[in-house]
This record gives sequence, C-alpha cells and structure tokens, in this order.
Amino acid sequence: MTATVTTPERVLVGVRGEDESSMDLDRHLAAHGPLVAPDGDARWGAWVHRAVAESGLLGRGGAGFPSAGKWEAGRMASRRPVLVVNALEGEPASAKDRVLLLRCPHLVLDGAEAVAAAVRASEILLCVPDHSWAVAASLEAALTERRRAGLSGRRVAVRRPPGRYVTGEESALTDWLGGGPGRPMMRMDKSVPLRMARRAALVHNVETLAHVALIARRGPEWFRQLGTPDAPGSTLVTVTGAGSGPVVLEVELGTPVSQILRWGRFEDPPSAVLLGGYGGTWLEGSRLDTPYAPAPLASVGATMGVGVVVGLPATSCGIAETARIARYLAGESAGQCGPCVFGLPAIAGDLELLSSGRPDPSALERVAGRTSAVDGRGACRHPDGLTRLVRSALRVFAADASSHALGRPCSGHISPTVLPLPPGSDPRGDAS
Amino acid sequence: MTVRRRIGLSLRVDPVACDAYGYCAELFPERVTVDEWGYPIVDGTPVEPELADLAARAVADCPRRALRLYEVVVDG
Repeated sequence: MTATVTTPERVLVGVRGEDESSMDLDRHLAAHGPLVAPDGDARWGAWVHRAVAESGLLGRGGAGFPSAGKWEAGRMASRRPVLVVNALEGEPASAKDRVLLLRCPHLVLDGAEAVAAAVRASEILLCVPDHSWAVAASLEAALTERRRAGLSGRRVAVRRPPGRYVTGEESALTDWLGGGPGRPMMRMDKSVPLRMARRAALVHNVETLAHVALIARRGPEWFRQLGTPDAPGSTLVTVTGAGSGPVVLEVELGTPVSQILRWGRFEDPPSAVLLGGYGGTWLEGSRLDTPYAPAPLASVGATMGVGVVVGLPATSCGIAETARIARYLAGESAGQCGPCVFGLPAIAGDLELLSSGRPDPSALERVAGRTSAVDGRGACRHPDGLTRLVRSALRVFAADASSHALGRPCSGHISPTVLPLPPGSDPRGDAS
Repeated sequence: MTVRRRIGLSLRVDPVACDAYGYCAELFPERVTVDEWGYPIVDGTPVEPELADLAARAVADCPRRALRLYEVVVDG
C-alpha cells in the first residue's frame, strides 16, 4: 500500500505550488517544451487532427463529445471557420477554467493555435465573461508576450460577453459574437455548424484546449497512458463543500469519487455528492466508490458534466439545496421558451414548499409531473439540466422527500447552505 | 448501397416562436396537447397519411408560425 497518493500532473504541471502567479512564457516553455512551429503549416494541422482523434479526447465543456468529432471535414472544410474559445464557465461551482487561464494561459493558447491549424481557422476569439477582469488581463498579458516572441501569426482577440449562466451555451455565445442578444438558438439539426453572423464557428471549452496542447506535443499514445479506454487522460475537477473554498484538482479519469473528495480535503463522509454542475446529478453517499468516468457514472445515473464535485454534509438537506439551485436556474432562463419560463419557477416553488415541511401529500407527484412535462421542450438544454438534477434529487433523497411531504421537515432546510451561488442570486440570502 | 426511405411526416414546435395560442391542440389533438401553462406538448411520432391534412392545417393556422412538419427519413 502506498503511503502517499498524488494526483497526476499534466495540464497543472508547475501551477500547483505556493506561487499563485501566472506562468509566463519562459516558465511555460520550461514546463512543457515548445509547440512545433505552427505558422501556417498545413501538415502540422493534419497531424494535430489525427493525434487528437486517436487520443480519444472528450470535450471538457459538459457534453463530453469527442473533440476531434467537432472538426470533421464535411462540417468545417468548406470555409475557414472562426475558433471560439468558451471561457464563460457559468457554472457557479466550477473554477477549473478560471484557474487554467489565470495560472497557465499559454497552455490554453497553444491548444487554440493547434486546433486553429487543424481546422484552418482564420481567427481565434477568446470569450471571457464581462465580470472576469483578472482572467481577461491574464490572457491579454500572455498574448502580448506571444506577439513579442513572434509566436502567433493568426488573429487572436479577447471578447467580453455578458457573464450569465446561459451565455456559455455555445449557440448563445455565437449569437452574441455575431451581434445578437446572446440567447440560445433553436437548432433542429445539431450537425449543422454554428454560425457567427455568416461565418462557421467552432466552439471549444478552455480545458479541452489545454489537453489538445499536450496531445499536440506528446501524441495520442502518451495521452492514453492515463484514464480508461473510453475516457482517456486526466481531467480537472472543482471540489467544494469542505467548508474551505473550492479546490481545483487534476485527476485521472476512472479515479473513485471518494478519492477525489479526499484529495479535495473533504474529510467526513458526505451523505451525497453533486456531480457535473447545477444541471448535473446527485450521487448517493453509498456509491462513492464509483469510478469517475462517463460510463461508470452513467450506470449509476450520474454525469461528469463540467467536473463539478460538491460534497453534501450529513447535516444538510438535499431537497433544500436542490430547491436553491432550481430557483437560481429558473432565474437564469434566457426567457425564450414557455416551458422554461413557466415550468422552472413552478418546479422551484414545489421544491421550496417540500423542503419547508408543510404537509402536502400531492407535492411529490406534482413536482415529478412538472419535471417530466418540461423535459426536452426548450430550444436549448437549460430546462433539461434542471429536470436532470431534480429527478436525481427525488431519487437520491427519496426518503427525505416523502417525509417532508408528510409534514416532517429536517433541520437541513435551516442549516448553512452548501452549494455556492453567485453574489446576489441566493434565494436564501448570501452566505456570510 | 443504402436506400433512404421516407416514412412520413413528423410535427415539431419551435419553442422560441411559440406564444401558447393553443390553436394547434384544438386543430390537431391527435398529436398535440397543452401543458398547464398552455404551451403545446407535441408528439413527434410520424403522422399517418389520413391525418396529414389535419397536421397541415394546424401548421398553417399557427399565428406564430411555430409549428413545422418534417419528413422522417430512414435508411433501409
């Protein structure tokens, strides 16, 4: 038995020390070595495409779609697309993309250059939420360094879309970039490329690009040395709920959830864990030995989403916490589709009543009925995220839910809140 | 060689355009019901040929032009 277990260090090489400063270009090159000269080399782009396809890298923005699958010829080849780097990270419990951009912006920029070469992108747009000044400053500084070093031949610009939850949805982001209001588009066919005004747009999450930067250096075999055959490599997670702030960790895919909680300084066994994000799922405290990878998590009804891991202390009420999140997500609707505009607040109200313990024998049936009524009926997947979360809450906290419906609240609905929300958006008031 | 076969028409609603007028549910209850807020819940299973005229009427009469008929095509 090993005495010390450490998390793998791939994308987080050199950034986990005491020093919280951003890695400048010299430190970045010392840690990772140079990227093959990317100036217009079409063969290099083709090599990157093949390497990323063979690596099996799954996108780290939530959907877990194979990254190179988004580049396939038929969809991208006809024009020179715009590469959109999605740094919106609207999930309140996620900090991984911010950590990457603050601590190792050059790795993300390398990944963007590699993807841009692979799909022959004419331009790279780095989309940082309007409230994230530090992230924008970190990227601007890194871009200045790269220009001075003669590293970037392509047009790269920072854009500042509104930092709302739903703006991170890729069609909402391209809508905003194209001069629209930044609302999700109705897409009957998802295989049709996104458009930014009249140009084709390819959208990638920040962490995905950091992995691409490493695969472009070390190749697909190296990438597959960690993880599972279906879900190779390492991934970033944000662990919250230990009383201290969120901890961003790099873990090997397939690591048991319980181990991730320990590395995240969560000592006491939680009664349940929220995985994925606020459109994610609850996992029972009895199933924490489940490997953290898409297939094993799916078999217990859970999802990796954007790598959010929140431990729920035994003293907290899962129904009350879910009610807070439902109210938050209802407020973050883009306001376009009736089922989302009316359904989400109704579901949030049902959960709030349920957690208060006011006797209402039909409460469970009503919230379950509304949840399935709303499912799949928005233009985007925003309502589906909430229904996924609520369904898992009603399953994992089934005993609590029935007891609340019969008029027995638990003390959890007045205990300190666990799931973090942005300032000003917590229905129970901002935590002290 | 695969042959693409058209097996019928399927009804879908654009939820962004829809404003819950509810005409569709009145005109074509075979495939459209409404939720408690008056918004249509559309059953997307293929529309039988004998119902095609009703479906087309529901599409044509939507004040928001939110309802559409799509061809369902399968390989084989």
